[in-house]
Amino acid sequence: MAQWVRTAVVRTAVGENDDAERGARRPAGALSAQVLEVLTAAGRALTPAEVRGALLERGLEPLAYTTVVTVLSRLHTQGLLDRSRVGRAYAYVAVADHSRLAARRMRRVLDAEADRDAVLARFVSGLSAHDEEVLRRLLGADPEA
Amino acid sequence: MHLAVYLPLLAPLLAAGSAGWLAERMAPRWATWLLATAAVVLAVAGGVALTALAATAIAQLPPVAALGHWSVAVLRREDPASLDLALVASAAALAALVAAVRTLCLRIRALVAAARTARCLPGARQLVVLDDPTPDAYAVPGRPGRIVISTGMYDALDPGERRVLFAHERAHLTCRHHLFVAAAQLAAATNPLLRPLAAAVGYSTERWADERAAQATGDRPLTARTVGKAALLSTHHPRATALAVTGDSPRHRGLRRTGPVPRRVAALLSPPVTPHPVLTVLILLVLTIAAAAAVEAARDLDILFDLAHVATVR
Repeated sequence: MAQWVRTAVVRTAVGENDDAERGARRPAGALSAQVLEVLTAAGRALTPAEVRGALLERGLEPLAYTTVVTVLSRLHTQGLLDRSRVGRAYAYVAVADHSRLAARRMRRVLDAEADRDAVLARFVSGLSAHDEEVLRRLLGADPEA
Repeated sequence: MHLAVYLPLLAPLLAAGSAGWLAERMAPRWATWLLATAAVVLAVAGGVALTALAATAIAQLPPVAALGHWSVAVLRREDPASLDLALVASAAALAALVAAVRTLCLRIRALVAAARTARCLPGARQLVVLDDPTPDAYAVPGRPGRIVISTGMYDALDPGERRVLFAHERAHLTCRHHLFVAAAQLAAATNPLLRPLAAAVGYSTERWADERAAQATGDRPLTARTVGKAALLSTHHPRATALAVTGDSPRHRGLRRTGPVPRRVAALLSPPVTPHPVLTVLILLVLTIAAAAAVEAARDLDILFDLAHVATVR
């Protein structure tokens, strides 16, 4: 199960509490996303130096080498990257597929579990044509705030 | 034993007929607790009654009677049910046991998988946003539980509506709804008559989460609109339609019966349901009677076997 989980590319919600707007943690989240993008586009293992170079090429703000290493190892710990030794450094490769494929894969694997629907509490279930008609009538009658 | 043994087998009929109605009329939190308890009690009572019926048939088999030192003649004479009925009961009891064990194993496996998924989903926070245009949102129970929302759903809702969704899913995790649903479905596995009861438990956990969301956001109409909007979004997204048809259609649907979503919206657009002490008392009464009948049947069985045993000794 861990295998396909690692393939989910996730834009982790930042500061999404009851009332908080997206806030202080955004820089870190965006950086991770950018690094992941670089690695996914490359399609092969990259060392931190190569990742840093690729980020520069994309016209993004220059980063310290240590920052890139930190982000890469964090992503590795989260299971989004695999790494292998290349000389004295590591080369990182994106485990993630395109996120859409990953999301579909997650759903498919969970579908294989016969009790998926009972275990996951879905926000809304499916609507029949009759349901939709009733629903629209209910919502139509209620004035939008 | 005669009446006592049949009562626990008839009570589920009553439950099947009234479950949906009860779920609508009672406050969701009460309804969930009562209906889930009812499912478990009726399943156990029914199991005891079936076993009592089955035991008399099995004990009349010569090798078994010899092993237990029971007089076949006495058993046959005092038998509360005909041999045929007892054999049917044996088959039913065995089927119920097998179904219960199988369901339990599958459910535990699914819950463990879910918990592992919840732990492995990236990010340190409870909320996980999946980059996927298909609108979808669900809670994954585990330690800790996670809330998964796709970008398809996230982008389509405004901040107020998102707060409703998060409060709803958070309620599922906090109140451990997956346990109520699991218990009710386990009960329903042993007795198909209890399936409407299990469906009612599922529905009332959704209502419970809706009410918690309405309280948390302080806006009932907004909660109603969010549920409706999310459902319409899912229905009209091409990829989500397949999901809805295969996986998520409400199980218990009459021809003209409305599905759970419109009923949830309607309930949220009306004032909250006031508690019904009378209904609670009635349900508890029926359950007590069913349980007492099962206990009585077991006692009578014990006496019967004692009699049969004494006859061989004499």
